Amino acid sequence: MKVRAQMGMVMNLDKCIGCHTCSVTCKNVWTNRRGTEYVWFNNVETKPGRGYPVDYEDQAKWKGGWELDRRGKLKLKAGGPLRKLASIFYNPDLPELDAYYDPWTYDYDKLISSPASDQQPVARPKSQVTGDSLDLNWGPNWEDDLAGSAEHAVHDPNFRNIQEEVRQGFEETFMVYLPRICEHCVNPACVASCPSGAMYKREEDGIVLVDQEACRSWRFCVSGCPYKKVYFNWNTGKAEKCNFCFPRIEAGMPTVCSETCVGRLRHLGVVLIDTDRVEAAASVADDKDLLDAQLDLMLDPDDPEVREQALRDGIPADWLDAASNSPVYAMAKKWRIALPLHPEYRTLPMVWYVPPLSPIESVGAELIRDGGDEENIFAAIDQMRIPIGYLASILAAGDPEPVRLSLERLVAMRRYMRDVNLGNEVRPSIATEAGMEPHELEEMFRMVAIGDYDDRYVIPRRHGEVSPDAFTAQGSCGIDFANGAPVPGVGAMTGVDAPDPYGGALASASSGEVTERGALAQEAPDPEFDIRDLLVKRHPAETAGEGDHA
Amino acid sequence: MIALATSTLSVAAYSILPYVALSIGIGGLIWRRKTDRFGWTARSTELLENKVLRFASVLFHLGVLAAIGGHVLGILIPQSFTEAVGLSDEAYHVLAVVGGITAGAAVVIGFAALMYRRIKFPRVRVTTTRMDVVTFVVLGVAIASGMLATLINIPDSVHYRESVAPYFRQIFVLNPDPELMEGVNWIFQFHVTFVWFLYALWPFSRLIHAFTVPVGYPLRSPIVYRPRKAGRPQTGKFGGGSPDYSPSIPAVTKATPEGSGGPDQGS
Ligand code: SF4
Ligand code: SF4
Ligand code: SF4
Repeated sequence: MKVRAQMGMVMNLDKCIGCHTCSVTCKNVWTNRRGTEYVWFNNVETKPGRGYPVDYEDQAKWKGGWELDRRGKLKLKAGGPLRKLASIFYNPDLPELDAYYDPWTYDYDKLISSPASDQQPVARPKSQVTGDSLDLNWGPNWEDDLAGSAEHAVHDPNFRNIQEEVRQGFEETFMVYLPRICEHCVNPACVASCPSGAMYKREEDGIVLVDQEACRSWRFCVSGCPYKKVYFNWNTGKAEKCNFCFPRIEAGMPTVCSETCVGRLRHLGVVLIDTDRVEAAASVADDKDLLDAQLDLMLDPDDPEVREQALRDGIPADWLDAASNSPVYAMAKKWRIALPLHPEYRTLPMVWYVPPLSPIESVGAELIRDGGDEENIFAAIDQMRIPIGYLASILAAGDPEPVRLSLERLVAMRRYMRDVNLGNEVRPSIATEAGMEPHELEEMFRMVAIGDYDDRYVIPRRHGEVSPDAFTAQGSCGIDFANGAPVPGVGAMTGVDAPDPYGGALASASSGEVTERGALAQEAPDPEFDIRDLLVKRHPAETAGEGDHA
Repeated sequence: MIALATSTLSVAAYSILPYVALSIGIGGLIWRRKTDRFGWTARSTELLENKVLRFASVLFHLGVLAAIGGHVLGILIPQSFTEAVGLSDEAYHVLAVVGGITAGAAVVIGFAALMYRRIKFPRVRVTTTRMDVVTFVVLGVAIASGMLATLINIPDSVHYRESVAPYFRQIFVLNPDPELMEGVNWIFQFHVTFVWFLYALWPFSRLIHAFTVPVGYPLRSPIVYRPRKAGRPQTGKFGGGSPDYSPSIPAVTKATPEGSGGPDQGS
């Protein structure tokens, strides 16, 4: 047993309203630079739909993730190192920019600078890459809320795996919002695909990063990730990806996308992983066993043996406490209501999803509403508008059972708590029927329905004694290069500053502006104002001892 | 410069220029590695255009590799050696010309297609820097003169293995002999002299990616773990630095498939 801590996230799809706030805040923080205009570390897709980049789930086409070879050994679907080195001059599996979209802005200036005329001036869409006019026919969330679904959603690769009846029932439309970030996989295909060894998992928290100084533009990580969550910055020629907002995580703060989530549906926590068994877990023969194999890797933080080994492996004690209170562990393993996205890619993803409940099409409707206790309450789950088979092909490698179990428990929680909240006679049988204890349903209710800030985010801080350079790292945004932050001149040699035809549409500072910006940042801020007050809800006790924050 | 008449010019071109160029080239490489690892990249444009790239890049790069191989063989292996292993001069020449023309054609066609692509597709064009233009011009002249030299030598008139090749070997043993080059065909003189500019340019251009062949990849464990340790000592020159993205001493350990364990990869 080798214990490592791993940060994870759970998103409760039941609560996502598809507002894209998460995407926008993430973009404003991380990818509003030249070369990353088309990049969304966080994006929210409407399912059914083709996704971003288009049809990314179609691994027959893109060859992302892992597969088992004939002897049952785990290998990258796109081929191992030798195969990669042989195709280093042309990566056959790399999506072209148009598979994402050609990023654009509008020629706003025309609106005010046009001379008087009989016609209204028009702001035409202009490519942010070339500055040329564009005919828009694809873009981010082009298929939002099922727009054009007859044309697009029918191509959703997830329909391929489920029975014909669901496909035909498509007229009775249903949809799910699926917010996606990098999964910070335990067995990341992107890392294994990088010829330079520039991609790595952090030992402390499993966050997957790209070493910008070691990346050499080979771009196999982009195609290797089955979720297409590594992006190619065409301006710098380097790969970039969601970094789990590690500077915030290290400070005990939730990620930007979580913090700003309007539905408050994201939960963050630490799980303990037995990394000795990762290969075995990712290599189980049947795709449908991958979920159990992955859950099996997640060690019980309350088991004294695990704790002892974890301490021996250098995990700080407060991290173990955080692991005990981890919402991710509770929702994924204890209650089994959260499921991984496409476990069949064998990357052991660490962003989990609680499947959404949806209106029941026929018989069961009143059963849930009235808190009925009929036997067929569980049969009703199969009548939900979002077909279980569809959810299963996204969240459970096509196996409906884990999805059914999760939905059953979510329904049981509602039925049980309804009695509690209305002062009716509480029926523990509701819990036991769903294979849980009544107190577990109550805990689950606190986590899922109330979702207090401190329950949703259990993030242990980084240990300063382990990384003594925290002071110098202060103020670094993590992307200290090109026009990301104040390091003028770096990268200038290869001239990674392609001119921006529409500079300013998205902040894209030339090195000159960077200096200016740096100067601006020097101006003393209002001493009373501490941005953390806005960001973190702290316990009163902590706020009282304010002086600790230097 | 074509027929180098005065011996001063000849000494400058054949005895001094090589060492100046090599010093700049090697010094530049070290300097880049020390100061600008971030800019050390192939700066691929495959994301922006992949249909022409598909054949052009492969053709060009394989052609270049073959051409480099040919140069190394032609220069480093003395005539006496090939004769000793029973390869007659005529046979060697046929091999060299056929190989040279094949590789050269691949390079020329690939390079032309890549240039066409760069000009034709606006997306690729916007990523082109001034340094790129300089590089492409120098590379283009080097390729053209090399190809021309190969063609001119089809009748085996230059006997470069008795002149150019020993001249290069003399350079490497720090004992240059300009006289070896003096009687040689002008295009050979030009090509030999000109490529030194390419070498001097190398570390400051995108060509630098040739020095990062990831040969260690097949031997590395698939999953790389790194601790978040202190970054490289801050030089102070650029201020903050980016320790988060660039732990300079990656104590890399493996986790899967072989389980977890000790360091297995340097950097
Ligand atoms: S989801 Fe993230 S960690 Fe997993 S393979 Fe893709 S980029 Fe790598
Ligand atoms: S964790 Fe941070 S970088 Fe990743 S998607 Fe969320 S906001 Fe973006
Ligand atoms: S901010 Fe939250 S609710 Fe809004 S789209 Fe993102 S995940 Fe969904």
